[in-house]
Amino acid sequence: MNKTRVYGRTVGGLRSLSLQAPAVTLLLLWMLVPLGMTLWFSFQRYNLLMPGMSGFAGLENYEYLLTDPALWSAMGNTLLLVGWVLIITVVGGTLLAVLFQQEFLGRGVARVLAISPFFVMPTVSALVWKNMMMHPANGVLAWLANLFGLPAVDWFSSLPLTSIIIIVAWQWLPFALLILLTAIQSLDDDQVEAARMDGAGPIAVFFFITLPHLKRAISVVIMIEMIFLLTIFAEIFVTTSGGPGLATTNLAYLIYIQALLDFDVGTASAGGVIAIILANIVAIFLVRLVAKNLES
Amino acid sequence: MTTPRYKRFLLAVLAWSIAFVIFFPILWMALTGFKTEAAAIADPSLFFSPTFESYVAVHARADYLKFALNSVVVAFGSTLFALLIAIPSAYSMAFLPTPRTKGTLLWMLSTKMLPPVGVLMPIYLLFRDAGLLDTRTGLVIVYTLMNLPIVVWMLYTFFKDLPRDILEAGRMDGASTFQEVRHLLLPLTLPGIASTGLLAVILSWNEAFWSLNLTSSDAAPLTAYIASFSSPEGLFWAKLSAASTMAIAPILVFGWLTQKQMVRGLTFGAVK
Amino acid sequence: MATLQLKQVVKEFGDTRVIQGVDLDIEDREFVVFVGPSGCGKSTLLRMIAGLESVSSGDILINDQRMNDVGPAERGLAMVFQSYALYPHMTVEDNMGFSLRLAGVPKAERSAKVREAASILQLEPLLDRKPKALSGGQRQRVAIGRAIVRNPSIFLFDEPLSNLDASLRVQMRIELARLHDELDATMIYVTHDQIEAMTMADKIVVLQGGVIEQVGSPMTLYHHPRNRFVAGFIGSPKMNFLDVEVAEAGARGVSVTLPGGATYEVPVEGSGQTRGTSLELGIRPEHLELDEQGPMEGEIQVLERLGGQTSLYVRMGEVPMTLMVDGDVTHRVHDRVRFGFAPERAHLFDRQGVALASLREHPLASLNRRDNKARADDE
Repeated sequence: MNKTRVYGRTVGGLRSLSLQAPAVTLLLLWMLVPLGMTLWFSFQRYNLLMPGMSGFAGLENYEYLLTDPALWSAMGNTLLLVGWVLIITVVGGTLLAVLFQQEFLGRGVARVLAISPFFVMPTVSALVWKNMMMHPANGVLAWLANLFGLPAVDWFSSLPLTSIIIIVAWQWLPFALLILLTAIQSLDDDQVEAARMDGAGPIAVFFFITLPHLKRAISVVIMIEMIFLLTIFAEIFVTTSGGPGLATTNLAYLIYIQALLDFDVGTASAGGVIAIILANIVAIFLVRLVAKNLES
Repeated sequence: MTTPRYKRFLLAVLAWSIAFVIFFPILWMALTGFKTEAAAIADPSLFFSPTFESYVAVHARADYLKFALNSVVVAFGSTLFALLIAIPSAYSMAFLPTPRTKGTLLWMLSTKMLPPVGVLMPIYLLFRDAGLLDTRTGLVIVYTLMNLPIVVWMLYTFFKDLPRDILEAGRMDGASTFQEVRHLLLPLTLPGIASTGLLAVILSWNEAFWSLNLTSSDAAPLTAYIASFSSPEGLFWAKLSAASTMAIAPILVFGWLTQKQMVRGLTFGAVK
Repeated sequence: MATLQLKQVVKEFGDTRVIQGVDLDIEDREFVVFVGPSGCGKSTLLRMIAGLESVSSGDILINDQRMNDVGPAERGLAMVFQSYALYPHMTVEDNMGFSLRLAGVPKAERSAKVREAASILQLEPLLDRKPKALSGGQRQRVAIGRAIVRNPSIFLFDEPLSNLDASLRVQMRIELARLHDELDATMIYVTHDQIEAMTMADKIVVLQGGVIEQVGSPMTLYHHPRNRFVAGFIGSPKMNFLDVEVAEAGARGVSVTLPGGATYEVPVEGSGQTRGTSLELGIRPEHLELDEQGPMEGEIQVLERLGGQTSLYVRMGEVPMTLMVDGDVTHRVHDRVRFGFAPERAHLFDRQGVALASLREHPLASLNRRDNKARADDE
């Protein structure tokens, strides 16, 4: 049947279109339909608990949300969470990548142990930390503090956001390590040796050779983490439920409260639009970076 | 380069200590699963008499198997669908590229950037109206679409790595498109397809936003089941640990096996 | 039996024209080499003949039949790829028999054909191995074997030796020449290595920028390059080029003045050349001779002794010159040497780089590789 085909651009164009159609169509629907609905709802008066109330709301939902101090506190929490986790994971990940790149006995096993937390489901890591690690009376951290004669910290009451940051950083540090370790392995040994011949010590090698080499990988790590960290949910859901008060409510959790606790579709959607805009600011840069990589 | 012996020893000690600290919560959880509830909340100690009491208790609750089965069905089902949809697409992008291919790939990537919370409301309402809330079908649909861009990308990079010459040699030998796929492409890219599949399984298995919001009891996978321990039941640390250990063990192994290829998928080929 | 004709063949990728209207006739059983610098379009041309690349315009004819829309497997040709393109998951036997398997040839017949081809290339002991377990040279032979099994009327080779080390390359070159002799098939061979082209070809096609610069036997290209590009590309070390001025043009040739003031009368067609016109003189390093009375003089900068021959890199005023001289010269670096050449060895090129036609054809110019063989048969 294909006896006389010649591979040319026009033939290829038609064939690739039909082969790509299922994936493209599904993703298009998956993206456009909910996106359109979110936008539409965000301008509507729509609450599942108040069926009578409906109609065009204009910017009311946005106005309500933007004047609500809860939004600004949620934004602040989101920023703190994203910022701290990024600092911990990127700095820690880079240093660990350099460390785990060195030759030592059992390196392979040590690496596997260090990246493991990334494969633990978020609900498990959150609960293990909340209970077995950070419990003020029976947790390992309290026991350690006790060992050194320090007062035990009631993590989730006195330092709720810090606790969340620790859990999330524990999950994402291995991610940064994994990516940066892969990137560091592609560093040409000759380059390092040339630098050594030029008289560079280990610290100079790190700053002048390793770090520049890791630049692109680090920016990829930052952007991918940002997109995921902006909408951290399960860790908060199973530990603090956003509390105490609003202390650990981030943007994602706030929208969840509006949506599935208050059933206020309009406001939740307005929040969703804000989250989408925030994520897109990051996404633009990531897509650009990947596009540049695709060229080469 | 030669490093003095003592330095290398210190290095090993440092690296191992850090690896141990990072892994400790997982280790501790695994150990706690073998303790009695009383021992679980007692002062930390590595010495205790191990018991399967908690595992037996977790298994005795018939619903544990239901949650586990939900996880398996949803993770593997969605992966299967994602692969079926993605393979033709990635094939055409890698081997029959058009000027539009690059744009399509980047657009697929950008759909992954849409925060799930931004579309929570519409998906929830659509699923409610379609009767998909708390069904495995619903979760399979969501996970298939959620992973589709990553799966297409990963397959694309694996297909791209296959030397063009080999497929052309096949064409010179008279292979039709079907024969080319059957005899050359599939056998040669099987390792890549397998690790792509494993990554999709891992991501679906660990997904906790949609599973918490779209399921309640019937279709809830292990992520949601474990979350139920956050209520007063969370006091049963040994059972929580036993259940958690069982929930993460297979995925941990998958993750270890595919760590290298995962980097590719997670960074969209930007880091190899 | 296979002849191949290209008629005004053009290939465009988007807006760039990589093959700009190529005309070429290839006779039955000819060994034709496409040679040129990288990016000259030689591989693209080969791939178009193979059917792996579509033709933008023009015609490709095999045995006078238009092949533009015929699939690669139906053109009756086989290709050996630069990377060998062996199927890594198949054994050598399965690799070689893949085309027959696709064509539905029964197993026993398949196996017999594969063994026959394997015996030609001494591959029998390797039939059960996978490509990974083979050396570079062995892989190369399997790739050729896979082509032989298809019993094509035309073999296509895309830089097949470029991944081998130097000694293996020489060996495979000899093997390919032997195969051509044995198989009696038309072969088209792409390379950037002019030594491969000179040693194996009946006919060399020199390409640059998607245009054929010259077609001819190796000796024609060496002795009568049509232009400066071919002159510089064929021959190693490269031809020396000097700016010269026409002193006189006559029936016996063109007299030119060299930068040092010496005058040579080169036997080339001089009509239209007038006194004072600037030309370029080309002279191959092996045609320069040390001569104490020679008209040219320079200082040796670098001296490379190869044993049988010695290369001298000489600076003549501002002009660098390369000389290929006897291995036993006793000169040292920084010595000043005088040298010259026989005028009929020189080439003259006008400002457009076109060679002035030679008045005397070199006796070997019409000789090709098959003439070597014919003579051997007579003996």
